[in-house]
Amino acid sequence: MSGSAGAFSFVTGGQNLIDTQINPVVLVPLGDHWLVESRAEFEGKFQRPPDGGPYGGPVNKHVDYAQIDYIASPYATITAGRFLTPFGIFNERLYPVWIRALQPDPLILPINTAPSDGAMLRGGLPVHAQANMNYAVYVSATSVGISSVDSGRHVGGRMGLFFPGPRLEVGGSWQKTLQDDRKNAFGFHMGWQPAKTPLNLRAEFAHSIEGSGYWVEGAYRLSQAHFWRKGMRRTEVVARTQQFYTGGIGADAAAQLGLPSADTREADFGVNYFLRDGLKAVASYGRQFSSAGNFNQWTYGIAYRFLIPLGRVGAP
Amino acid sequence: MKSHGTKIAIAVVLSILALGSSVFAGGPAAKKEETSALVVHVGDADTMRVQGEQRFRANCGRCHAAPQKFPPRMMATVLRHMRVRATITDQDMRLVLFYMTQ
Repeated sequence: MSGSAGAFSFVTGGQNLIDTQINPVVLVPLGDHWLVESRAEFEGKFQRPPDGGPYGGPVNKHVDYAQIDYIASPYATITAGRFLTPFGIFNERLYPVWIRALQPDPLILPINTAPSDGAMLRGGLPVHAQANMNYAVYVSATSVGISSVDSGRHVGGRMGLFFPGPRLEVGGSWQKTLQDDRKNAFGFHMGWQPAKTPLNLRAEFAHSIEGSGYWVEGAYRLSQAHFWRKGMRRTEVVARTQQFYTGGIGADAAAQLGLPSADTREADFGVNYFLRDGLKAVASYGRQFSSAGNFNQWTYGIAYRFLIPLGRVGAP
Repeated sequence: MKSHGTKIAIAVVLSILALGSSVFAGGPAAKKEETSALVVHVGDADTMRVQGEQRFRANCGRCHAAPQKFPPRMMATVLRHMRVRATITDQDMRLVLFYMTQ
């Protein structure tokens, strides 16, 4: 069993929100080709009432994914069940609190990233001596009835090319809704980690009926600093800029999805300090600008990744 | 009531799978897979280790900081998960597994 846990304080426009969460991931390998995996999320969001008094609030719990994978060949894996929708890269790869460089979600994260219930074919393969391709195609049926997570009927895919030499990845995503207005959505993503500089540069763009936007984020590890090297090696500074443009749904529908109700710009700056493997302290400041109002967002907290064996772990 | 039943069902399924994992993890199939990743000619080991480190930095470093090394069975499970999650190639996974279990 793996997973992450965290405790954060989000001060948004002067209102403090204490967020504590634990996200266990259960991994069960079966034979040579099968893997059952599931991640649940237990998250408590506590706020002080406007008229004072003790902190209180809901504890949300839901299953992010519960899937079975069959590794059919070196180039293809078949997945069935509830899975994270491979639209962009943040939702699948960067969402866990111990991985993400800034704790506040990107504004465009809710766009086409609700979990899917269905089947998926995915994999990676070398297409050139200097390039690997990764792909995922999926179809999602209607919700299976776990009421805390939405799902819908859609098909989609994502393809990326990774160039190991310059450590550059570029890719695109597409999704078509198979119900209601049958709209298309698409997105692009990139990631670059130059070999000689401890920089991690990532960006995403998404466009759909719910809205459009992008984010660009750079995280720089201060390991090349010439002073206080022990501490600097563990320190990472982060900056992110992002913009969101409202789409063809109303403000109420956007709010239900977790999207801003008006065109929005935001800039965030943060510092992460890696106390030890899997444990980091985080702090960030951001300011959001929109016609609905400008405000500051301060965040600080701690994120932890754990790994607990459920079976034998020794060498064969 | 229905939600409560669903939670119990999920807990039961996960418990069965966890027990099944301990059985399968110790079985000959898993042993064969992990052994094939570990037993190589001495002359190839250094090359594989270097390549494994390169693949590790290129693939794993795209998303997260380098984790510590874990026992071989745990590492094999984590890498199978990451192979699916990060869609890394089969060859990259095997080299990273070799590097991470040395």
